[in-house]
Amino acid sequence: MGKYIIKRLYLMVLSLFVIMTFLFILIRLLPFHVAGAPGADNDYALILREAYGYNEPILVQYGIFLWNIITKFDWGVSMQISWLTPVSKVLFDRLPSTMYVNLFAILVSIPIGLGLGIFAALRKNKIEDQIISVGVMLAISVPSFVTAFLLQYIFYSKLGWLPAIMTATDESGWFSWDTIKSIILPVFSLAVGSIAGFTRYTRAELTEVLTSDFMLLARAKGLTRTQATINHALRNSMVPIFPMIVGEFISILGGSLIIENIFAVPGVGKLYLTSIQKLDYDVFMFVSMFYVVIGLVAALMVDLSYGIVDPRIRIGGGKAE
Amino acid sequence: MKNEYNSIPKEKFEFASQENIRFDQKFETKPIGYFKDAIMRFTKNKGSVVAGVILLLLIAFAVFAPVISSYGVNEQYTQYQYLLPKNKMFEGTGFWDGTKVKDASFKEYVYDNSHGAVVEVFEEYEQSNPTLMKYYKYRFDTYKRGFLYVTLEASAYQKLVQYENDNGIQLRYPMLDTSYTTNARLLLMHKEANYYYQLLPDMTPIFDNEGNIIPIYKVDDITGEYIYEEVTSTSVYRLRVDYDQYYVFQYGKEPLYLFGSDSFGRDIFARLGSGARLSIALGFSVALINILIGVIYGAIEGYYGGTADLIMERIADILIEIPSIILLTLFQIHFAGKIGPIPALLFAFVLTGWISTAARVRMQFYRFKRQEYVLAARTLGASDGRIIFRHILPNAIGTIITGSILMVPSVIFSESILSYLGIVDLTASDITSIGAMLNAGQTSLQYAPHVIFFPAIFISLLMISFNVFGNGLRDAFNPSLRGVEE
Repeated sequence: MGKYIIKRLYLMVLSLFVIMTFLFILIRLLPFHVAGAPGADNDYALILREAYGYNEPILVQYGIFLWNIITKFDWGVSMQISWLTPVSKVLFDRLPSTMYVNLFAILVSIPIGLGLGIFAALRKNKIEDQIISVGVMLAISVPSFVTAFLLQYIFYSKLGWLPAIMTATDESGWFSWDTIKSIILPVFSLAVGSIAGFTRYTRAELTEVLTSDFMLLARAKGLTRTQATINHALRNSMVPIFPMIVGEFISILGGSLIIENIFAVPGVGKLYLTSIQKLDYDVFMFVSMFYVVIGLVAALMVDLSYGIVDPRIRIGGGKAE
Repeated sequence: MKNEYNSIPKEKFEFASQENIRFDQKFETKPIGYFKDAIMRFTKNKGSVVAGVILLLLIAFAVFAPVISSYGVNEQYTQYQYLLPKNKMFEGTGFWDGTKVKDASFKEYVYDNSHGAVVEVFEEYEQSNPTLMKYYKYRFDTYKRGFLYVTLEASAYQKLVQYENDNGIQLRYPMLDTSYTTNARLLLMHKEANYYYQLLPDMTPIFDNEGNIIPIYKVDDITGEYIYEEVTSTSVYRLRVDYDQYYVFQYGKEPLYLFGSDSFGRDIFARLGSGARLSIALGFSVALINILIGVIYGAIEGYYGGTADLIMERIADILIEIPSIILLTLFQIHFAGKIGPIPALLFAFVLTGWISTAARVRMQFYRFKRQEYVLAARTLGASDGRIIFRHILPNAIGTIITGSILMVPSVIFSESILSYLGIVDLTASDITSIGAMLNAGQTSLQYAPHVIFFPAIFISLLMISFNVFGNGLRDAFNPSLRGVEE
């Protein structure tokens, strides 16, 4: 296991380095734009660019860039979005909003998804199961922005129950009723997809486990159907689902570009888009790397959690043990 | 039993093969191959077949809609914003005929009625809001634009008068005389040609003794006739025309938007057709290119193995870790200006899209390359290329087909997201995208939901039918599911 983790980490760092180089070159080759943030000073910006090595050959630039990261964790400063704020601060300021919305989405989708999946598996091929299957198919196929528009139209335009966009948290605080009310729509737009994913997985796994031999044995030795299902089937069916939950939890950091844009959530996804629109390349670079790291870490954690949740799965190692 | 045979005389025996007589019969039935079996099992799955039919209809829509529509993709008629969907066949039915039921105040009702936009009044009621006011519930025709001031050159003006005389249609209506009031707000309102009647300062219309609105037409002092035009010093005519008739005169067609019009008065039907073309064409071409690259890459990896495999796998491993949204964005920023947004999109999709196909093909090659029949082929002198493409690759066709058919909707989805977010900017080109339409319709979601409705429905249907169809195909091509009744 330890050997495997080290190997994976080594590969991860390698991937990270290659991708970072690739992104760095592509982003630094973009044309220069004068500073446009409020309070920006163009002469100062030029001096700053000189200091960050923008006028050197690209490889030297990369060396300076890496050196700054390793020694000071300095990824550059924002020039368009927020004048001279370190890009890491720009991003980490927006992280809470993203995590807030996504955390609720996960907390909603896990119980509903697992519940529906279990229900569908127990009622396999009955009408309830078929209804759920159709619903899952719809939820997976219909793009999230269509769901979002639909929810917005029904609950904001027609019924007027919920606000169309997220209330700014600095005015009302994180857990005020206004804020929570305003994130109901984004949370459900996000959750629809994950609920469908969880339902489908749980149903598939549980139906497979329910027909296995040890379930027959459990029934034969006298357990009731409920006992056998809860004690034996559910536990075993959780093996592939648990890593999925782990993956979802890590990806809450990334957020959703689309949903954040529609509901004006001031999060990372929105920052990514703003950095492209305003051509703030240092921010763009940092947000991109942030996404890459999240992707890599999520994949690693998912892999490792397989081994943790099910000792039968031996990760790494030789051919025969 | 044995003894019975002893008594058969020797002459009765003859060689079975001597006269080439075969007593085992040829199969009457035709053999069922892999593909035939897959197609048979696919057609058993009713849902997938229905999805396939819907898919064909959607593709047909994409092909024919821009041809059928009398509007171009970027043809704008700014006077006809947010017109509702209208179909000639449903005229007067209240459904799909460009009308809507509207609750409005008395003032608004009079305004709409004065230029003939009220089709049918259902109800008249009073409501305090906050003072007691009269309200109307009526059917409102969005295609009645009413009057508009236009300025024309002398030649165009002559043509217009000629057209009026030839067809017996009245285009010009009297100009307005606002001398009855000095109220600045009212004077401003009368600049809009539809307010051709007397108003009180609070915009309430003034009625005569018979309860009719009082027009403020300009009358010639000497002849006592209505004045229909103003001639400015540069021989340019300023007219007040019935725009709906004027449109017919100008463009030779009546306004008719099957799916309604958007904020610029563009035809949603034609635009959706164009967007659908882009989505479907992009989806299929990306899938095709990705399969091609993936098959070749995976085949080389899987067949040769060893160091080549190791290096190629490492490259694929790293490429697949780049989040596609970042790649697509960077390609847009860099290359959209040089080679156009669509080719840039295509390249970005192709750069990492082939990896999943390559991985699948590689697996199949590892499974089959050590099998005896491959050894036999090699012993008989088959070249590497022949072994790869004739002997091993056909085993992977099932997985390739299913993988690629599900790749199409994912490409369509990504493309719509990117154009929705404005990362792919198509405003300069003469095509549009479903994502761009959704983005445009989002602002008017509250008062003109039809703008967003049709693109949203289209892309949802497309995704659903692609997924159902693809899943059906995957099950059909998976021999391990054969005979398993789920």
